[in-house]
Amino acid sequence: MVRFEEIGLRYAVGPEILREVNFNLEPGSFHFVVGPSGAGKSSLLRLIYLAQKPTEGRISLFGRDVSGLTRRENALLRRRIGVVFQDFRLLDHLSALENVALPLRVAGQPEDKVVSHVSELLSWVGLADHLNALPPTLSGGQQQRVAIARAVIARPSLLVADEPTGNVDDRIAVRLLYLFEELNRLGTTVVIATHNEALVSRFTHPILKLKDGDVETLPAHSMPFEQASEGSAA
Amino acid sequence: MLGARNDLPLEKDASVRFLPWLVAFMVYLAALSATAALAMNKVVVRWDQGLAGQLTVQIPPPSPDETQADQDKKVSRAIELLSSTQGVRDVELLTDDDISGLLEPWLGETVLQQNLPLPVLLSVTLDGDGAPTPENLALRLSAAVPDIVVDDHQRWLSDLFDLARTVETIASLVVVAVGLTAVVTVVFVTRTGLSIHRRVIDLLHLIGAQDTYIARQFEAHALRLGLMGGLLGVFLAIVTVALIGHLLTRSESGLLPDLSLAPAEWMLLLLLPVGTSLIAMVTARLTVLLSLARMG
Repeated sequence: MVRFEEIGLRYAVGPEILREVNFNLEPGSFHFVVGPSGAGKSSLLRLIYLAQKPTEGRISLFGRDVSGLTRRENALLRRRIGVVFQDFRLLDHLSALENVALPLRVAGQPEDKVVSHVSELLSWVGLADHLNALPPTLSGGQQQRVAIARAVIARPSLLVADEPTGNVDDRIAVRLLYLFEELNRLGTTVVIATHNEALVSRFTHPILKLKDGDVETLPAHSMPFEQASEGSAA
Repeated sequence: MLGARNDLPLEKDASVRFLPWLVAFMVYLAALSATAALAMNKVVVRWDQGLAGQLTVQIPPPSPDETQADQDKKVSRAIELLSSTQGVRDVELLTDDDISGLLEPWLGETVLQQNLPLPVLLSVTLDGDGAPTPENLALRLSAAVPDIVVDDHQRWLSDLFDLARTVETIASLVVVAVGLTAVVTVVFVTRTGLSIHRRVIDLLHLIGAQDTYIARQFEAHALRLGLMGGLLGVFLAIVTVALIGHLLTRSESGLLPDLSLAPAEWMLLLLLPVGTSLIAMVTARLTVLLSLARMG
């Protein structure tokens, strides 16, 4: 599903963010990406959701080398990827419903289906009363749920989330991760970046650990809760 | 297209305020230029048709050593000669009042009251077939009546045609300039829009929007603003033309052009806002597609 081969990344003449990164995420897998702040988690995710090109190496998505894609092919591939951005990136001039509807409209879905699907999903994430609310009028948690709804509305094959639990308390964070697990059970490959290693330790999914530009793949249950808590606190 | 939903907040851009006015001004200028060209063309056609098959024969006023009787003889001889010429259907002697009426718009009533020496004018109507050429007729007449002048109005008409062509060329240049200005303005406005909304466009790309999806939003916006401005411009132009037309009618001068437009000509004017908005739409689309492709 996602294959990184000898990936290197640096911004302009700055230091190397990622160095000779290799991994392969199987279809239907669930991975956490962990690491301290500035370790390159967001950069790694940007490479996966095609917002960034690597300086070196080769990335394959859905079995295709992405380096030679045309703009049109790039767009079509991106439709198969749902992204939850760290800063949500909701459009302030559009209502919650319109924000969530964007991936469907971009894909050319019929308008009647768009409205019914989006309304249903927003009700499911507890925002039935806020369909027409503009993002600035919503709380951080509500905005996050809108962002997640937008990422999953088109039933993507790959879901990439950058710190999706950053603005919510642990109880809601766990609930959100259960939602991602539910999507994963339905066949979506999930990659979640978080610095909250304590939260990660509650789940049994493999981990990509970033440190000093390298990625270490850790199997499930490799991060005991106590150790993870200490690491997170540090 | 016009009522299309827009993911980009283009309606809040400054372009919404100034672009329609700019387009209105350009369409206003183009509409006035086109009306001027049409009016000029009508004047030429009117004169050309009115003077087809017509000649004016002019016998100069008597010289100081000639009497009025000599002048009358010359006139009689000319009329007799013309009437007997094959291809001449009618010869009409213009009275002094007729001639004064023709000269009054140029010289004014006061000057004419000062007993100016006026030439004798004969209006000659020719048959379509077998009519003599003006040159042949002049030769024949001058043999009998010296200093006689035969005028087929071609020199005057030629000047009028030149003037009409110049006005048409200027009008065409104005329309082309308006089109080019519309293109340049829309390119500028669209590029500014792309820059202002870069963040939203990036997001749309990340969720799978193709360049054409984004271009559609800009082109709909440009079409809307172009049509708004174009309709305003053509409306103001119609009011202006109607006003000038009313003033010309009131002046009752046969020399000034008629500004009343035929239905087809009104349609031509109404095509200006449509054309301008279509130019704006296509320009916006191409600008977005080229700019996004360059951004990579």
